[in-house]
Amino acid sequence: MGISFISIEDLYKTFKNADGNVEVLKGINLELEQGDIFGIVGFSGAGKSTLIRCLNRLEKPDCGRIRIGEHEITALSKKELNHHRQKIGMIFQHFNLFDSRTVFGNVAYPLEIAGCDKRHIRNRVEEILELVELSDKINCQIGQLSGGQKQRVGIARALANNPDVLLSDEATSALDPQTTLSVLDLLKDINRKLGLTIILITHELEVIKYSCNNMAVLESGVIVEQGAVRDIFQNPRSDTAKLFVKINAEFAANQWVKEGEYI
Amino acid sequence: MNLNNSSIFEVIRSAFGKDVWQIVAPAIKDTLYMTVLTTVFTLLLGVILGIVLVVTDKQGIHPLPIFNRVLGAIVNVLRSLPSMILIILTLPLSRFFIGRAYGPEACILALVASCVPMFGRLVESSILEVAKGKIEAAKAMGTPNFYIITKVLIPEALPSLIRAFTVAIIAIIATTALAGSFGAGGLGDVAVRFGYSRFKTDILIAAVLVLIIIVQLVQFLGDALSKHIIKKRFLM
Repeated sequence: MGISFISIEDLYKTFKNADGNVEVLKGINLELEQGDIFGIVGFSGAGKSTLIRCLNRLEKPDCGRIRIGEHEITALSKKELNHHRQKIGMIFQHFNLFDSRTVFGNVAYPLEIAGCDKRHIRNRVEEILELVELSDKINCQIGQLSGGQKQRVGIARALANNPDVLLSDEATSALDPQTTLSVLDLLKDINRKLGLTIILITHELEVIKYSCNNMAVLESGVIVEQGAVRDIFQNPRSDTAKLFVKINAEFAANQWVKEGEYI
Repeated sequence: MNLNNSSIFEVIRSAFGKDVWQIVAPAIKDTLYMTVLTTVFTLLLGVILGIVLVVTDKQGIHPLPIFNRVLGAIVNVLRSLPSMILIILTLPLSRFFIGRAYGPEACILALVASCVPMFGRLVESSILEVAKGKIEAAKAMGTPNFYIITKVLIPEALPSLIRAFTVAIIAIIATTALAGSFGAGGLGDVAVRFGYSRFKTDILIAAVLVLIIIVQLVQFLGDALSKHIIKKRFLM
């Protein structure tokens, strides 16, 4: 294995709340290859969200190191961080689009922040909307779009600045199964076309099974298992992974699967 | 003319008469003048105050907890004083800054001092309505704090800000009327001086009528504008 593209070393994070300290991440170590689609699965409260939010420092880790490419994210000053965040795209469960802007305005936003000129912005937005197949919605308001379309705008917005990595924070959890599939197809497509590294966290194992090459299983702040998705499905070793695979199999057995429709 | 020497119909008819309006019309001008100037300052300072309160909060994008608590305390103190007391307290300041403690200009300082804290709190609550996720998305895209304010917080909160602003203008009109009794002039002054002190009920009715019309108009315009933006954004 060559030098990894993203590396996380000994990452710790504790939250303080009224009941005292809650240790959310307890020494995470993770190495990711460039161009991978990497899934992190875990039950609610396992620390998945905190982990992915540490990668662009929306959450500041207590200690540990995160490196993306050549840049040590955990060592950046605030100004440098803002600059590097432009190269880390992120999509969210509730899309977090700006209602005050049109589809065009939302996708143009990161380019405005990066200081691009108007003509470049227009060209880039048109190009990226074509990629997510929303060219006809360019002048629509966000309130006019369906959930799937909103997430496509979210993806377009995250890709506008040609990021090195895309973080997906439960991006399909608010979508119906069919829309989830089309969004995952889009992510796979982007990964293939642009060679973009994608990290996605989810509590739905099907999402990982459908889209990821490698995965890690997170259990109360510790990575208990890591490897190729196929291997973990065939031979889960940790309790959490076993439970996930069992639940997944039970769902599959009891589902109504209509002809030609994937649930 | 009042109800002791005339019938109610005569008083009402007189309220629309030429004699009354010769007194009321200049007062309308004074009231509008004070309201507009106060509104401009209140809008500017109140928006800044509200944003500073949100941004420096413990959960804000630039936390300054001690500063925030002190500022919050000052705002609360100013808000707990009745406008009348605040006007009395700020009149010496007007004398210091403008050179006199009477007339519309002198009262603007008092009006601004009493309206900014109120409007600042309204702006604060409007901006707090902006979903945390949107701010987070802006941060994740590398937005410096200043642009989070100008490109995200204000545009996203705009319909709510306009409603808050409408409430503030109406409060300013009401306070302006009150300031009238402290030498500011305007409709409040006319209503008190003629309508109350000299039993000229017709003038009182005319002044009150004009105030009602102004307030209704402001509320109507504010509601319409806010609704227009919400509709344009397909949020209802």
